Amino acid sequence: MKTFDVIIIGAGSVGVPLALSLAERKQKVLVIDACASVGQENNKKAIGGIRATHSDFGKIKVSQKSIEIFSTWQEKYGDDIGWMANGYSFPAYTEADETKLKNLMKIQHSFGLNIEWISPEEYEKLVPGICVENLQGATYSPNDGSASPLLAINAFYQKSLEFGAEYKFKEKVVDLKIVNGEISQVITDKSEYSAKIVVNAAGNNAKEIGELMGINLPVIPDSHEGAITEPVERFFEPMVVDMRPIKGSANYYFYQNNEGQVIFCITPSPPIFGTDSDSTSTFLPQVAKRMVQLFPKLANLKVRRTWRGQYPMTPDGFPIVGKSREISNLINAVGMCGQGYMLGPGLGELIAKIVLNELSEDDKKALKSFDPYRDFTGMEAFK
Amino acid sequence: MGNRIIEHPILPILEREKIPFYWNGTKYFGFKNEMISSALFANGIKVFGHHHKGGSAQGIFCANGQCAKCSVIVDGVLMKSCMTIVKPEMKVESVEGLPKLPQTGKHKISEIEELEYDVLIIGGGPAGLSAAIQLGKHKIKTLLIDDKGELGGKLVLQTHKFFGSQEDSFAGTRGNEIGKKLAQQITEFPEITIWKNSTALFVFKDKKVGILNNDIYKLVKPKIILNAAGAREKFLRFKGNSLAGIYGAGAFQTLVNRDLVRPTKRLFIVGGGNVGLIAGYHALQAGIEVVGLVEAMPKCGGYKVHADKLARLGVPIYTSHSVLQANGKETIESVTISQIDDKFNPVKGTEKTFDCDTLLIAVGLESVSEFTDEAETAGIRVLSAGDAKEIAEASSAMFNGKIAGLKIAKEIDPNVEKIPQSWFDKAEILKKEAGKTYDYNITEIEEGILPIIHCLQEIPCNPCSTVCPTNSIFMKGDPIMDLPHFEGKCIGCGKCVAVCPGLAITLVDYRKNAENPTVTLPYEISNHKVLVGDEVRCVDIDGKELGTFSVTQILDVKVNNRTQLIKLKAHKNIAKKIVSFQIQKAEVSQQKETEIQHTSDEEMVCLCERVTAKDVRDLVRNGVSDINQIKAITRAGMGPCGAKSCDNLIKQILRREGVPNEEIEPNTRRPVFVEVPLGKFADGGKI
Repeated sequence: MKTFDVIIIGAGSVGVPLALSLAERKQKVLVIDACASVGQENNKKAIGGIRATHSDFGKIKVSQKSIEIFSTWQEKYGDDIGWMANGYSFPAYTEADETKLKNLMKIQHSFGLNIEWISPEEYEKLVPGICVENLQGATYSPNDGSASPLLAINAFYQKSLEFGAEYKFKEKVVDLKIVNGEISQVITDKSEYSAKIVVNAAGNNAKEIGELMGINLPVIPDSHEGAITEPVERFFEPMVVDMRPIKGSANYYFYQNNEGQVIFCITPSPPIFGTDSDSTSTFLPQVAKRMVQLFPKLANLKVRRTWRGQYPMTPDGFPIVGKSREISNLINAVGMCGQGYMLGPGLGELIAKIVLNELSEDDKKALKSFDPYRDFTGMEAFK
Repeated sequence: MGNRIIEHPILPILEREKIPFYWNGTKYFGFKNEMISSALFANGIKVFGHHHKGGSAQGIFCANGQCAKCSVIVDGVLMKSCMTIVKPEMKVESVEGLPKLPQTGKHKISEIEELEYDVLIIGGGPAGLSAAIQLGKHKIKTLLIDDKGELGGKLVLQTHKFFGSQEDSFAGTRGNEIGKKLAQQITEFPEITIWKNSTALFVFKDKKVGILNNDIYKLVKPKIILNAAGAREKFLRFKGNSLAGIYGAGAFQTLVNRDLVRPTKRLFIVGGGNVGLIAGYHALQAGIEVVGLVEAMPKCGGYKVHADKLARLGVPIYTSHSVLQANGKETIESVTISQIDDKFNPVKGTEKTFDCDTLLIAVGLESVSEFTDEAETAGIRVLSAGDAKEIAEASSAMFNGKIAGLKIAKEIDPNVEKIPQSWFDKAEILKKEAGKTYDYNITEIEEGILPIIHCLQEIPCNPCSTVCPTNSIFMKGDPIMDLPHFEGKCIGCGKCVAVCPGLAITLVDYRKNAENPTVTLPYEISNHKVLVGDEVRCVDIDGKELGTFSVTQILDVKVNNRTQLIKLKAHKNIAKKIVSFQIQKAEVSQQKETEIQHTSDEEMVCLCERVTAKDVRDLVRNGVSDINQIKAITRAGMGPCGAKSCDNLIKQILRREGVPNEEIEPNTRRPVFVEVPLGKFADGGKI
């Protein structure tokens, strides 16, 4: 039986950058995934936005690390992963939203984030053609940005291979053998492996992997649909997040990616639970109505492709990251709540430090927000 | 308008209203109701813009609304020129790099209409129309949609007479006329709703089908779907394959036979299946020089009668040859072919280069199966017919469409009669590929008048046996597949000569002059006008010259046909061997002597995102063999066409690189079938 330092279950947004972080630190790593290649579940369905402007210390810290990795990747390694510091913006169309956003900004400023309140006129310059009726202003965080999930995960993957990480694709983990409170074997439908540490980074399947070991991980995927248009010359910069809930949907957001394509997705309300990824007829009319009202210029832009993916949700909207108390050599890195792509590289670094017992006080503070044994009663203010 | 077809042996040239439009600021004229692409081609404009990645010239490719290579900017909005009708004073511009965001006026927001039908037929070609007729007869509430403005599917483009049997599939009638007949028939049924200019975008999981109906988005909820969406053409890898002027047979036939545009002066054809062979014949009918045709296999895959027809008229067919490279700067200027060995590798030293301005790719079809797969995923009962079910002739599509129609009718209404077993038997025959080829069996008789049958290959075709007024032409064994035989009395009516789709029957009349009998030949290339007294170079079945003879009489067969019967006198020793006469001069097919000006090393697999075979090969050799990962890294398949061309080519490379077929994952397919402006989903068209 092949033995590793670390086995990661799931070659997705979290597993692949983690494999890279570990391999860079000379750990013998194996990543196992049931799909045929990296990022074939929810990673490729992410629209690519990356922001540090959250409302929680842990997420901010991790995302800042991610942004550092994304933004310096090309300089460091040469591959273009489509990084652009195009910023995030949250326009407010009601006074209540303005107040909410401004209150959040106070917290964000306290963490040293670069985010400002801009006037409707300034916002119109940034997003020419946006609806200005009732526009109160918008937050704008120019250091946030975007990168191609497809290119990024493949760049991380290639680099991790260079550092010696191994991957097993089209292999499904079917059992985890526990001896004396420790995973002694990772059993797949094709083979079996052992490792000093096992990381559950199984995304949609996190709960099922937990169940194989008799532990309960409160991760329930819900579905979101996204789409991408044809490319055109750049006509606006930042990610636009329309946070107003209406019947049938909560927020939706979009930006123009590095190829010039507008990419967008919407949060259904109430949530649609389950992992069915087949498209429904509801999505396009629902999102189109909202988008052309907010930004009429988009009406002639052609929709090229749509898809459906999941946010592996936790009860409070925060990921679950940390060592298991029940299984001594298990680390969970699950329940990314739709932010696995932007948190992944930063989390990879943090988890590598957990594995190697190198966590700093600041790291420990950041991980507090993701503590697997918190009571899950809170709710993130700014998802 | 120098590239208009002003004379055609089959198609009527009607007076059309001229429409002024602007191309990059210069005024041109198109015709009313004509697509922009055809209007541009008619004015000699073949390059519609340059790709934003690398700047390669873009032009027509599918002419079927499926890709986006023919995109132009129409009054500020990026549009597919092949699907957009030219309007007076329209400002059409080339697409140079990434287009600007189109500006919009006021937008409307309204609910999307939802409709229910018992049956939805996707595609109004031979299969869909035949199914609709059955459903109409049984009063089943049916919606038939087609993405074009005229029903008939690819029948619209077919100027040749059809094979099959007269009784079941209008054999002997020209394709475009069959299309009209079927389209007319379905209008007689009040239960059939017809939506033209309507594209199915996706069969969604919630059992609704998104359809763009005359630019209005609608959702349709059917109980049963019939996928009769036809097939798409396969593309081919070779150096320079993305030059403008390289496109499929469908695009060619659309330009020539639907829109009466002569898109090329010198055409070279890749592929000796029926599609390529027939396209070559259509080209000759349109007055286009056909420089040659290559076929990779040792024999043409199409019907022998089609290949013979082309060879006899003077078109060289190079079997066991393939395209090595297309040469040219922006558009193709010449093509280099070479012989290939049994492993399909080029044989060094056998290269031949020919000047041509267009390369027609006819290397096979694949079913448009998406709607079937989507419906199955959604749990909607779905059947398929025609090329969407399996690639075969239109005669087969009509027949299995008819069966599917009745089958669906019975599923909706159990009182509907059973499908006769004979239908299934006939369907089996009609879809058959060509069978055995036999040697000539020419009668020794040299008296009276008699038909000579130059049809030596088993194909599903029998109109000669049904038109003979004395019932003297018949099939010995199978009534459709077998070779026709003559036995009995010939009255010299010439019906068999005129009806034969393969132009493979002649008459030899010894009655007036037994030494020099009169030979009657079918002819339908009136661009090369033949007059009484003309000297014509007669050829045998394979195109071998038999001598020059002068035409003594010409008869026009008017009824439903337009074939001419050409008579001449020839010596009895060769009279029975004469099948036709050459019209294309040997000079047309001469090899190029001057040097090749421009060559390209780029062997493109994804034309939309400009991904080369090398890009893919390098990845595979570097361990990346999952097609979806290749897509993620290279963007192959992420362009506007949605992996409609590159999917096959990438899989070919994977197989060539040693990836076992069973390990190749399917390419993930997502909505939407064609790109649609976002605003269309926001406005259901109601005020």
